[in-house]
Amino acid sequence: MMNPLKYAYLAVEGWFNVAFGSEWNPLYNMGRLAFFFFWIVLISGLYLFIFFDTSLSGAYASVEAITYEQKYFGGVMRSLHRYASDAAVITIILHMFREFALGRYNGVRWFSWLTGVPTLWFVITLGITGYWLVWDELGLYVAMLSSQLIDALPLIPGSMARNFVGTQVSDRFFTLMAFLHLLGQPLLLVFALWIHVKRLSFVKVNPPRGLAVGSLLAMLALSLAAPAVSHGPANSSQVTAVLNLDWFYLNVYPLMDYFSAGETWVITLGITFFLMVLPWLPPRKEGPAAEVHLDHCNGCEQCADDCPFDAITVQARTDGAKFENEVKVNPDLCASCGICVGSCPSSNPFRSKNDLLVTGIDMPNNPINDIRDEVDSAIARLKGNNKIIVMGCENALDFSSLEAPNMHVVSLFCIGMMPATLVEYALAHGADGVFISGCRTGDCFFRYGNVWMDERFDGERQPILRKRADRSRIKVFRAAETDSKELYKEIAEFENYIQSLSESNSSEQSEVVDA
Amino acid sequence: MRKVLQYGLQVFYYSLFMLVVWYFSIKPPYQQLEADQAVVTLSFTHATQIAEPCRKKTQEELMKLAPNMRLAMDCKRERSPMNLELYLDDKQLTKVVLQPSGLHKDQGVNMFQSIKVKAGKHNLRLFMNDDVKVEGPTYKFEQSVTITPEQLLLIDFDAGSGGFFLK
Repeated sequence: MMNPLKYAYLAVEGWFNVAFGSEWNPLYNMGRLAFFFFWIVLISGLYLFIFFDTSLSGAYASVEAITYEQKYFGGVMRSLHRYASDAAVITIILHMFREFALGRYNGVRWFSWLTGVPTLWFVITLGITGYWLVWDELGLYVAMLSSQLIDALPLIPGSMARNFVGTQVSDRFFTLMAFLHLLGQPLLLVFALWIHVKRLSFVKVNPPRGLAVGSLLAMLALSLAAPAVSHGPANSSQVTAVLNLDWFYLNVYPLMDYFSAGETWVITLGITFFLMVLPWLPPRKEGPAAEVHLDHCNGCEQCADDCPFDAITVQARTDGAKFENEVKVNPDLCASCGICVGSCPSSNPFRSKNDLLVTGIDMPNNPINDIRDEVDSAIARLKGNNKIIVMGCENALDFSSLEAPNMHVVSLFCIGMMPATLVEYALAHGADGVFISGCRTGDCFFRYGNVWMDERFDGERQPILRKRADRSRIKVFRAAETDSKELYKEIAEFENYIQSLSESNSSEQSEVVDA
Repeated sequence: MRKVLQYGLQVFYYSLFMLVVWYFSIKPPYQQLEADQAVVTLSFTHATQIAEPCRKKTQEELMKLAPNMRLAMDCKRERSPMNLELYLDDKQLTKVVLQPSGLHKDQGVNMFQSIKVKAGKHNLRLFMNDDVKVEGPTYKFEQSVTITPEQLLLIDFDAGSGGFFLK
């Protein structure tokens, strides 16, 4: 039974694929888009800072001057600053939702999830101090309620909120807020983002160029169509009845109409804590970590280069063998994807043909020797002149329904786990065709399985698929759980194609015999 | 044709994104007060009275102490809690008992509370007790006020100036 949330999300991703293609699909690039919007915020913010007066008396007037006196540059910059900030929150929330819906938040990924949740709060508090600095009616509202929230914590003696009623805030305090917004919080955010991606390798923080250009144009168009404006100037003896809240950043404050500051803390921290512990509710059952067999490892480091989770490190040889290095797996970081098995040159199934195939790094719960045996026995068992071996990623979709007298499915943890030579091996030992199916392009469950497989097939990454392998009998298809129809269509076409190839071959052979 | 459809869909999705960004960046408007409402805010810090009076130590007690510690008076640091009641006309708006801050409850009481009220002419009454040794209020305040819509009426307190005052 498929998770309905996952099904719905995959369906929406499919629609976006129609419009953007897999490379530019924004739903595959939410984290990167958040980074991109952050750069827009940073650059526009630097511009605004040039003209912004950090004194309490001058702040509002300077923002008004930026907005109206240089409407088509400063005004646009201000609007970009606001709308890109809002867009960053949307992309972060969608990024989180996606990882949750697709089950990519637990197991070894717990660290990225756990560190990602507070990062959202860093972004939101950065936005809050931004609204504060405008020092309009909304800024005063934000200052008042933020102070009440801070007062509810046993941190500072006295009342901070008292500073915003009846009396004027000191310039020094306001300058402190400006410092926090302009330097302190952005630095903290950058540090938090660095921690967030710390356990991943091949981290990409820039979206594809086309998507970046499209997003920037969208923000520019919005800035021109609906420029960001201020409320009236802050007046500490008045309470503005109606405020145009930025709900992306200021959604906590209306809660304080119904709950005390302490209760609001309990609610927000409770939600945050719940989100942070999600990876353990319940914990994901990972397979066993990859195992290194030193007597078959020459320390080539290919597995360490390919591991998407930075779980493999290279160290000096410990077994006295003539090679310089060996690899070591950190079980706490290993996602059990098996990509390292596909990376290892010793996984070549043509080796030790009549013996046990032991590779340099292997998955204990699905060793390469068992996979080769499975291919061998399947080829021996399959009937017809279109014997097809399907190499399927178990995280893409359920391929078991494809089992047929002429077809066998080899289920892999990730399509990157498949040594390229296994395809050649299957064809050389009697398979008429090999159908390979991984996750959707740009959306590999283990991040880089599809990419590495493509590069191995294209001869750009070791170990490669040799030129002698008959490419006309290999079909690569990418799918998710919502793509069963397309899968059946593709497989039927491939069966017919292989059948036609076999028939034309046999007629050619009979012609040769006749001659 | 497929390309045109793709670009058309892209424009649609970008427009949808822009619409969501724009809408929730300012809408729906948040009404924190009705048109005829205002806010009364109690905001002050006040050091309440010491909870126990100083006591003269006996000669016996003093002799038990080291010579450099022989202070004649034993004065506890803890201050009294503050009881406060605020009435607008005959309606009680708030009744709170606040403890002094500090680990030893020897710091001032921090009062900050905002209450929404109907604008108009009202009779405002306040009663405060800041001394556990005294029965009944130690400070009283009564004043007729006219509160305009959206006004923030601040009730402050300064013991040195005689107690409560409005801003």
